[in-house]
Amino acid sequence: MSQSRKVYGLGAEFESAGALLSAAEKIREQGFSHWDVHTPFPVHGMDAAMGLGKSKLSAVVFVGGLLGLLIGVALVSIPSFVLYPIIVNGKPYDWRTGPAFFPIIFELTVLFSAFTAVGTMFLFNNLFRFHHPVFNWDRFSRFTDDGFMMVIEARDAKFSETRTKALLEEIGGKHVTLIHD
Amino acid sequence: MSKNALSLETPADLKRPALVSHDRSISWVSHNVCDIVEAPTPKWWWLAMCITSPIALMGLICIIYQISNGVGVWGENHPNGWAWDITNFVFWIGIGHAGTLISAVLFLTRQKWRTSINRAAEAMTLFAVVCAGIFPAIHVGRVWYAWFLAPIPNTNAIWPNFRSPLLWDVFAVSTYFSVSVLFWFVGLIPDLATLRDRSKSKLARTLYGIGALGWRGGNRQWRHYEMAYLLLAGLSTPLVLSVHSIVSFDFATSIMPGWHTTIFPPYFVAGAIFGGFAMVLTIMLPAAKIFPQLNDMITENHVDKMAKIILLTGSIVGYAYLMELFVAWYGANKFESFTFFTARANVNGEGWYQWAYWIMMFCNVISPQIFWFKKMRTNYIVVFIVCQFVNVGMWFERFTIIVTSLAQDFLPSSWGHYAPSTTEILTFVGTFGIFLSLFLLFMRFLPMIAISEVKGVLPEADPHHHHPKH
Repeated sequence: MSQSRKVYGLGAEFESAGALLSAAEKIREQGFSHWDVHTPFPVHGMDAAMGLGKSKLSAVVFVGGLLGLLIGVALVSIPSFVLYPIIVNGKPYDWRTGPAFFPIIFELTVLFSAFTAVGTMFLFNNLFRFHHPVFNWDRFSRFTDDGFMMVIEARDAKFSETRTKALLEEIGGKHVTLIHD
Repeated sequence: MSKNALSLETPADLKRPALVSHDRSISWVSHNVCDIVEAPTPKWWWLAMCITSPIALMGLICIIYQISNGVGVWGENHPNGWAWDITNFVFWIGIGHAGTLISAVLFLTRQKWRTSINRAAEAMTLFAVVCAGIFPAIHVGRVWYAWFLAPIPNTNAIWPNFRSPLLWDVFAVSTYFSVSVLFWFVGLIPDLATLRDRSKSKLARTLYGIGALGWRGGNRQWRHYEMAYLLLAGLSTPLVLSVHSIVSFDFATSIMPGWHTTIFPPYFVAGAIFGGFAMVLTIMLPAAKIFPQLNDMITENHVDKMAKIILLTGSIVGYAYLMELFVAWYGANKFESFTFFTARANVNGEGWYQWAYWIMMFCNVISPQIFWFKKMRTNYIVVFIVCQFVNVGMWFERFTIIVTSLAQDFLPSSWGHYAPSTTEILTFVGTFGIFLSLFLLFMRFLPMIAISEVKGVLPEADPHHHHPKH
């Protein structure tokens, strides 16, 4: 890797989920904002340790579900009441027929909510981005096995190659490495 | 407080058994699950594929034969307009429900033991729904008009009847399949990343890498990922209940005796979970035998719990059968009591299909009762045999419901026997070939166990594991 390439950040490896959790608490206390921990599974309590709140995903999914509901209502009622009412067994077209429309409205609400949930998750998580600077760190891929990684980005205002490296080593980080873009 | 006043330690005999036995490490999980995919293709796999894929091909040939000649090549004829086709459809779609129950309902109820079985059960769901979807699609006769089911007007500007349960079914099953695919894929992303990072060949790395979508396992990603997973579980739970309820509406909203009952939705849902768990065990028990490394993840404890669910849902189904008989007797509707007591149970010797009814009763109500004994629930051979009874019994349940009601309904002059044609039988056998071939492919190329979820339930994964006083 040529040294002329831009520095993306510093990576450190920790020996367990517990060590990573307490390290994350310390990094948060230091006031860093552009950093993340990379783990093989979601570590319980890490959101609080990193100072992250509840994911906003649910709000978006609510809107998606609402859209599905409205589309469902429009899809079943416009053809049935306006375009071409089909009289089957003399069943009326008024408020009493409402329940007969519920199943399709319900299914469309679920369908739209599910697609919104997955689509928004891809978007929020920046998936479909196949190349990311963190993959340039040769030890990084251990996160899918049993590695507990922390990466602090160079764009963070408090970042400094020497002082951040010392900090990561002090809080128990191993193999502290400079990651290039 | 004095030192020995109160101990908060759980006594050893009350401690829960570990979810993964032998105190395995995090790395052990990824190694042993991925090893199944990475090792050279075993001989038994080719042998199994050589058996299942010709069966699948035979099924496809039967489907092509049926499409090119019309539904006349089947045994369905007046008055049995529905018979094996819809029996098979309900049978397969019901099997799918166990996968969703394991992945969604057990997730919401925080049953952590589900992590070892949910991936394979969800795969089973998808393949079962694929098999289920074949039957309603081809039983319409002229498949090229199947687009009439879509919510668009036909050439005469007539829309489908949105108040028909058959149209609800189209929406329910297609939504169910789509949401199950999403749920399954979202669960796979971190595990595909594991396979990506372990793969040695460039092709595998690229393919698994595309599937993993560049997953980086950052906590800022896990946060949204977990929320999406939770929401999908929350959405799938009412969805799975709605799907089989709507399938039961296909019958319950008609006026056929034996179909026209309000007990159908819960009875069908319980039956679906019952039959589905039997199919999960039918697949998982041989898999755990073939891959001994899975035995630490799919433990006796898991089989025991699944057998308990089979016992519970089997008893609910048994209750529904008895309640149907009670209502038929108590309701004083002549046709209803004829269907149940004569056409099905054959108390006076005039019924035609009593054998189907009594096979159903024995397989679904009597056989699972053996699971009251823990020794039986943890004996894999007994569990496997009972699961086969349940698979057979659940198929006969749908056959009984559909055929006995139609063959002997209101007027004796309009009664008619039903017998399946060879094409019909081979089509059904063929769906087993399709199902098993798809499952074999899944076992070969994708992680059978949800790696990241199993890691998450290891004691080592608890951040306070090493510091008990933290």
